[in-house]
Amino acid sequence: MSLLFGKVQVGDTLPTLELPVTARIVVMGASSSRDWQPQHHDYAWATTRAGTKDIFLNTPNQAGWIERYLTDWTGPYGRLGRIKFRMRRPVYPGETLVFNGTVRETSVDESGCAWVDVDLELTVGDEVATEVSARLAVPQDESDNPWRRSGDDWRP
Amino acid sequence: MSTDLEEEIAARTAPLLKEWTGKVLDAGPGDIECERGYITHWVESTENANPLYWDEAVAQNITGGWVAPPSMLSVWMRPLMFNPNARETVRPLEMHFRLKDAFELPEGIVTANEIVFGVPVRPGDVISTKQTVAEIGDVRTNRLGTGRPWTIDVTYTNQRGEVVAVESYRMFCYVRSAK
Repeated sequence: MSLLFGKVQVGDTLPTLELPVTARIVVMGASSSRDWQPQHHDYAWATTRAGTKDIFLNTPNQAGWIERYLTDWTGPYGRLGRIKFRMRRPVYPGETLVFNGTVRETSVDESGCAWVDVDLELTVGDEVATEVSARLAVPQDESDNPWRRSGDDWRP
Repeated sequence: MSTDLEEEIAARTAPLLKEWTGKVLDAGPGDIECERGYITHWVESTENANPLYWDEAVAQNITGGWVAPPSMLSVWMRPLMFNPNARETVRPLEMHFRLKDAFELPEGIVTANEIVFGVPVRPGDVISTKQTVAEIGDVRTNRLGTGRPWTIDVTYTNQRGEVVAVESYRMFCYVRSAK
C-alpha cells in the first residue's frame, strides 16, 4: 500500500506524469486554493494588465499537483516534510506539463525518521517551467508511520 | 548598465528599505476553518486519489482521522471575498500588498516558494498567520518589467498555538516594460 524506505535508492526515478493543462484546470485550481488574483481566471486582465500570454496556474495549485505527484509514488503513508520550488515560466492552458523526479538523497535522522529527498522538474516542451526539491518521510517498515510523529520526532 | 527606469525606481524606493525590512504583520486567524468540503475541492482540482482524503477508515488508521493535504496551507489564510462581519479589508498575504503599495510597484508574481510542514491541519482547525518581510532585493529588469524582488516569511499556527508550517514566498514586483 505504501513505499517502504528500504525500497528506495539514490538515483531512482519516479513515474512520469503528463498533465494537459486546460482553462478549467487553471480556474479550478485557483478556486480550490481560494486564490482570486485575476491573472488566474481573467484572460483580459492576464493579457492586457499582467502582460502574460493567458491565465496561468497559480502557486498553491502547483504545490497541490506536486504533492499529488509525490504521494502517487509513496502512497498514503508518505508525509511531506518540506517543499521548495521555483517557477521559471508561467504554465498556460493548451500546454502539457510533464512531471519527472529523481531521488537525490536518503537518510534516517536521530529520531529514527526515514527521509527521502527528491528533485523534480516540471517541463513544458523543452523548457523547465518549475524546479522542485521535496523532502518526504516514508515508513522504515510496516510497523512505522511518519504521520504519528510530532514534536522532536518530526524534524523536516 | 542600469536603465533610467531602474534608476528612478531605485532612487524612489531606497529610502523605504530600512523601514520595511523586518516588518511583522500579525494577520490573526483566517476567515474560514478547515473543513472537508474545501479538502474535497482541493483533491478534485489536483486529481489526487490519495485515500487519506477520500476514505475515512484509511484516514482513521493512518492519521487518526481526516487531515488536510499539507500543500493546502495557504487556503486557510486567504480572506473571504465577501464577509459582512469583516472588521477591515485584509488581502491575502497582506504584507506583500502593503509593500507593493508603499513601493508603488503595481504588478507582482511569485517566483519561488518554500514550505516546512509541522503538525497536520485537521477539520475544525482555524489557522493564524504572522507575516514578516525577510528581505528586499536590488532593482532589476526582466522580461516582465522593472522592479524589486522581496521575500515574505509566513508562520502558520493553529488554535492551540502549534506551528503547522513556515512558508517563504519570493516575489518580484514591478512596473511593466514599455512596449
